[in-house]
Amino acid sequence: MLMTRSRSASAQRTIPGTPVFDGDAAQKGLALNAMCYSFNSADNRAAFVADEEAYMARFGLAEAQREAVRRRDVLGMIAAGGNVYYLAKLAGILGLNVQDLGALQTGMPIEDFKAALLAHGVTERSVAS
Amino acid sequence: MSETVGGIFTSHVPGIGAAIAKGLQQDPYWKPFFDGFAPVHAFLEREKPDVAVVFYNDHGLNFFLDKMPTFAIGAAADYRHEDEGWGIGGFKPFVGHSALSWHVIEQVVGDEFDPVTCQSMLVDHGVCVPFELCWPNAQAWPVRLVPICLNTVQHPLMSPRRALALGRSIGRALESWPGDEKIVVLGTGGLSHQLDGERAGHINVDYDKFCLRNILPDPEALTGHDTLDIVELAGSQGVEILNWLAARGALTGSVRELAHNYHVPISNTAAATLLAENRARVAV
Repeated sequence: MLMTRSRSASAQRTIPGTPVFDGDAAQKGLALNAMCYSFNSADNRAAFVADEEAYMARFGLAEAQREAVRRRDVLGMIAAGGNVYYLAKLAGILGLNVQDLGALQTGMPIEDFKAALLAHGVTERSVAS
Repeated sequence: MSETVGGIFTSHVPGIGAAIAKGLQQDPYWKPFFDGFAPVHAFLEREKPDVAVVFYNDHGLNFFLDKMPTFAIGAAADYRHEDEGWGIGGFKPFVGHSALSWHVIEQVVGDEFDPVTCQSMLVDHGVCVPFELCWPNAQAWPVRLVPICLNTVQHPLMSPRRALALGRSIGRALESWPGDEKIVVLGTGGLSHQLDGERAGHINVDYDKFCLRNILPDPEALTGHDTLDIVELAGSQGVEILNWLAARGALTGSVRELAHNYHVPISNTAAATLLAENRARVAV
């Protein structure tokens, strides 16, 4: 039998709402993540903005990856193997920071997402004598 | 004879770098985090270390998924930051300490660890932001850098037990280094945070306080969880605690907390700073 999915520890464990970027995701997401890694270069960011479809074709993105990018669908990009550290570089082009990404993924308005974090309201400080 | 004077553990959220660039240290949102660095600045002013051994993770500047080492040791004459894709930059370059790097490599391979060695290596915000926090007024960094990069991106990750053991091996290398430098160890990243998935924004104050309470006196307590346990407890990116554990391991003397600061939130992160002194154990 040809096994196509690993039996990684992460494949055998579900953490609700929490994608674990393992070997399966890394294989599936390679083209999408490679495109995002290229955005470390300002010239590449400009090339993407000038023609998103051509840029995605150049990196050989799968159709599900292209569609998720077209729709600015962050959860879709992650389901298609995207890793958030690389996706953050695409998000930057779109004018989104990690808090915006959080709001998009949780379905919360950005102000609610920020308020939920602020609600922890913890500051603890200690200095030895 | 060299001396490892202590450890500095801190979050490395990129937004901190942006806040520094904008001079927001006294802004009400940022002040509770930046104020935690006063004891660190006093410590560094007093000890004046010559070298920083920094445990951190790369976020897609130097390493991509085509070649992803479980851990890598920089052995370059110098290091620099480059564009990470979203505009923070202007970080000062770093002078390396390749002789010490190779001494560390000899020790860890002798202890049966298998590093990737890098004679050319870009360092990202995981190194640059903590340096900006530690030496905010430096014209040039006052320490030479030995960077040690742990994979916290692609699972399977090094186990917490292995990270602590790696740190201890590096600590033995620092103890046996014949130079006369003063060395400070940094561990960067964390504490709890999650950027991806429907649970984005996850914070776990109880787990963070468990880490802060135990990492100095009883680091083994943190090895009772495996990396997926830590993902569940601390969030997908909370696994950066591995950098702290390795750095803790590198403090092989008598260790005492001098200060800590814990503040939620900075961006999506429970931000923490911990300062430890390390003193030679007393011989019989």
